[in-house]
Amino acid sequence: MNEQVDVCVVGAGHAGCEAALACARLGLETVIFTVSIDSIAMMPCNPNVGGTSKGHLVREIDALGGEMGKNIDKTFIQSKMLNRSKGPAVHSLRAQADKAEYSRAMRNVLENQENLTIKQAEVCEIISKNIENNDKKETIKQIIGIKTFTGTVYECKAVILCTGTYLKARCLCGEAITYTGPNGLQPANYLTDSLKNLGIKIRRFKTGTPARMDKRSIDFEKMEEQFGDERVVPFSFSTNPEDVQIDQVSCWLTYTNEKTHEIIRNNLDRSPIYAGIIEGTGPRYCPSIEDKVVKFADKERHQVFIEPEGLHTNEMYVGGMSSSLPEDVQLAMYRTVPGLEQCKIVRNAYAIEYDCIDSRQLYPTLEFKEIKGLFSAGQFNGSSGYEEAAAQGLLAGMNAALTILEKEPVILDRSQAYIGVLIDDLVTKENFEPYRMMTSRAEYRLLLRQDNADLRLRKIGFEVGLVSKRQYDDTLNKKYLIDKEVERLKNTVIGASKEHQQFLEAHGSSLLKTGTNLAELMCRPELSYEILFEIDPERKWLSEDVIEQVEIEIKYEGYIERQMKQVEQFKKMEKKRIPSDLDYQDVSSLRLEARQKLSAYRPVSVGQASRISGVSPADISVLLIYMEQKYHSSR
Amino acid sequence: MKTDTIAAISTAMTNSGIGIIRVSGEDAISTVHSVFVNKQNRKCLDTYQSHTIHYGYIAEKNGTIVDEVMVSIMKAPYSYTMEDVVEINCHGGIFILQKIMDIVIDAGARIAQPGEFTKRAFLNGRIDLSKAEAVMDIISSKNEFALQSSIKQLKGSVSEIVCDLRKEILYEIAFIESALDDPEHISLDDYPERLFEKTEKICSRLQKLLNSADDGRLLKEGINTVIVGRPNVGKSSLLNILVGEEKAIVTEIAGTTRDILEETISLDGITLNMIDTAGIRNTEDIVEKIGVERAKKVVKEADLIIYVIDASVPMDENDFQIMQMIADKKVIILLNKSDLHVHVTEEKIYEVISEISKNDAKDSFLNRVKIIKTSMTRKEGITLFIKTIKEMFLHGDLSYNDEVYITNMRHKEALKDACESMLQVKKSIEDSMPEDFYSIDLMSAYASLGTIIGEEVGEDLVNEIFSRFCMGK
Repeated sequence: MNEQVDVCVVGAGHAGCEAALACARLGLETVIFTVSIDSIAMMPCNPNVGGTSKGHLVREIDALGGEMGKNIDKTFIQSKMLNRSKGPAVHSLRAQADKAEYSRAMRNVLENQENLTIKQAEVCEIISKNIENNDKKETIKQIIGIKTFTGTVYECKAVILCTGTYLKARCLCGEAITYTGPNGLQPANYLTDSLKNLGIKIRRFKTGTPARMDKRSIDFEKMEEQFGDERVVPFSFSTNPEDVQIDQVSCWLTYTNEKTHEIIRNNLDRSPIYAGIIEGTGPRYCPSIEDKVVKFADKERHQVFIEPEGLHTNEMYVGGMSSSLPEDVQLAMYRTVPGLEQCKIVRNAYAIEYDCIDSRQLYPTLEFKEIKGLFSAGQFNGSSGYEEAAAQGLLAGMNAALTILEKEPVILDRSQAYIGVLIDDLVTKENFEPYRMMTSRAEYRLLLRQDNADLRLRKIGFEVGLVSKRQYDDTLNKKYLIDKEVERLKNTVIGASKEHQQFLEAHGSSLLKTGTNLAELMCRPELSYEILFEIDPERKWLSEDVIEQVEIEIKYEGYIERQMKQVEQFKKMEKKRIPSDLDYQDVSSLRLEARQKLSAYRPVSVGQASRISGVSPADISVLLIYMEQKYHSSR
Repeated sequence: MKTDTIAAISTAMTNSGIGIIRVSGEDAISTVHSVFVNKQNRKCLDTYQSHTIHYGYIAEKNGTIVDEVMVSIMKAPYSYTMEDVVEINCHGGIFILQKIMDIVIDAGARIAQPGEFTKRAFLNGRIDLSKAEAVMDIISSKNEFALQSSIKQLKGSVSEIVCDLRKEILYEIAFIESALDDPEHISLDDYPERLFEKTEKICSRLQKLLNSADDGRLLKEGINTVIVGRPNVGKSSLLNILVGEEKAIVTEIAGTTRDILEETISLDGITLNMIDTAGIRNTEDIVEKIGVERAKKVVKEADLIIYVIDASVPMDENDFQIMQMIADKKVIILLNKSDLHVHVTEEKIYEVISEISKNDAKDSFLNRVKIIKTSMTRKEGITLFIKTIKEMFLHGDLSYNDEVYITNMRHKEALKDACESMLQVKKSIEDSMPEDFYSIDLMSAYASLGTIIGEEVGEDLVNEIFSRFCMGK
């Protein structure tokens, strides 16, 4: 049987959903394949969306026209803005999701998306042909379709691989090993070989999840209750803030203790990781409880968060205690934790191993360097986390579509978005373990705030075609109001009148020696836009999000300027594109190591080249000069 | 895109008659204008036509005139770099050049990297294809060399301090970042107070380093000068007079200076790296013997030898040995204790040289030797001695390693930047800014210091976070 479509998306997790929606919304006939329709947008691990730096990703996905933000706004059961006491750069939104609802709502969006077909089938083979490469005088591969286990061929122009943790998946719970995907779902055992035949290098990573418990068996009296925010901020810039003011559920905090740690230590030989059964590398930042106990032996206790998996289930997620210990040890260990003494485990904790790739085989567009039309996103690229996956899925989807439509692909750089940092890190740096987004990875985070994701990225979303004219106009209008208000505050002179001095004194602020303006006063830590209302009679009503931007722009102006300067320097190198036909063997002054690394990873810009380990500043100078000599001067 | 403005001393770092400082970049003219004084004519340099030259002075911020100069203006694109270029033609001499360079940097220019003018010239399309290959090779070798040499030449203690400061700063960055990435596990309560204390300590250590950078003690720069002579002839006394402090132990017992003492001194802008050796003589004392062996080694690597002879006693076997050892070096012989009864005269020295050298070598050795009568106890002959060194330097008999000088300048800039960033951190704490703002400037300080020891900011931060702090989800 033969079908003809534009794009095939392999996998319907968080990456696959965004990729498929982007392609379909840009007018391309798209099929999304999943081994089980019931696992669309499934959350097999933690029941939340967002969190530090991940919240930024969701905001950016939304600004670019993705779905994740809207979907969590529809299905969250608790929401919190983290780091509120800190600077605006690190405010981060995190919501508890109703897992089943989240999955159902996303499935609903997919099912009703024009140009999109959902197909339950295992993809076993990627079909390609050899073509002449325009740039170089050599042949490379071009995607022409995929083949399912049942034998149907789907001819297409692009394939987006979003296989998550399903490729040759293996789950471990102590000595018990099952060859399944997450939650006992069917793994995908054939595709790996097809990818290897295409010349793709495969590696193996692992990750893990804690147990789920029966709510009725937990004694919440012994735990600290964790509430959501009083006023909830939506993830999506398109969601009406009033629509998310719902009744929220609580989470609970408890701790491990010496007894817990003792049980773990005494049973380490039965842990697949410590017994050497697991070959995949796990994430350091999301360690199993075994890892924590071994690595941080001096810590007397570790936090444990008990979080509901949904409104219509008694299952509770035990955050902070993922494990691959055997079932009996798990139960004993969990039961040492205050409040869990009588706990009943519904699902055991387990570790999962899967095939994925070294993502340096990709261009920053997320297309394979050696295979035209083949894109990939999510855990398959060696990342971890729903948000990381969705962000890549959106960009891979966009770029697959733009390539088919013969338009310029979208590459976000490190100064534009966390998504830019994420993808640049993935395609440039060597990752030895599943990659997780973190605020510390973003150099210019004061500019990359979650509150201004719309101002940063809506334009790009609009130009691509995923953001509507109306949405974009809203952003432009917001920008206009912000600029106007900042301008007004800077130009509103405040004289050293008696009234003003009294006002300052009342707010514990030093008195004026000469006249100043409102913006200057706003920079004082003890004063704010709200407080200054008293001496600012000209002020007109503005929405909260506009005021927020005005306040940030004025209060942190110096820091923002310093960071902009850093970005300017950074952009210079980023703008220098390296032609894809550049042969590094011709650049005789490059050191051997640099020549090998550059040839192997073929960076798209000089900036990217400079971030490859083993490439020195001297090598970059040489490269710049070589490029100028070869391409610039001959114009 | 705006390019920053760079400056460098373009002439060799010897005491030649004139020196040139070249400034290039969009703000080159305004930068130089801000330090240029012409009392008759206050016209802005920018208003002049390209390729004109102007008389005036370079002045410090407080108005103090530093030098009389000619300033030539070459406007973009008709210049070496195809940017606006100003060349300050001033008087030669390291001191003046260094001073004017400092002033220009203070006015906003940045010290150029090695080969940066050429690089800019190239990038702006000024240099043709045939020259490109050569330039690339120079830059690649020069960068590697500069990095190696700058690390090598850093005094052990300085690089240790810089490494240590970076480690401390990195720890703070990592702490803040971990707390931000995992607010539920790592608390920042009381942190600003702790950081403030730490920042003050780091600031004062940076300031100390900066001060020593001003003294030129950051790098082992300058002329390697070795003092040799038999025991108890006054070598250590000479060093003490020049250094102005009692560093070497001076006693009447022969062989008191058992090891090698080292001191960097500046004589009117000429930096000497003075090495005092153990008295050279045949000895049975094992401790002293080691000292003598090392002395022989440093003599081999010296640029200049100062040979101190006790003129009040006759020369002996040891003197002949020393003479042979230094026969191929530039030598100043000090006839010390000339205020006492004189046994050794200039004539006697010439005799000895003639005795130990073969015909050709004799003349060349004689040419390289200068003899001065001194008395360390009465501090006689010292002025003449200093003057002699300066003359040798001016005549080009001794040369300066300008590579080292420039790296020293760059290090100083880096230290200054780091210091400023740390002050900004203090200010952020005082202003009660949220903790994550601290890391912006901590990061800058860390990066600035990294340029001194040739390390980059990058993945090590993430590794630090992982290794030090427990991250949970």
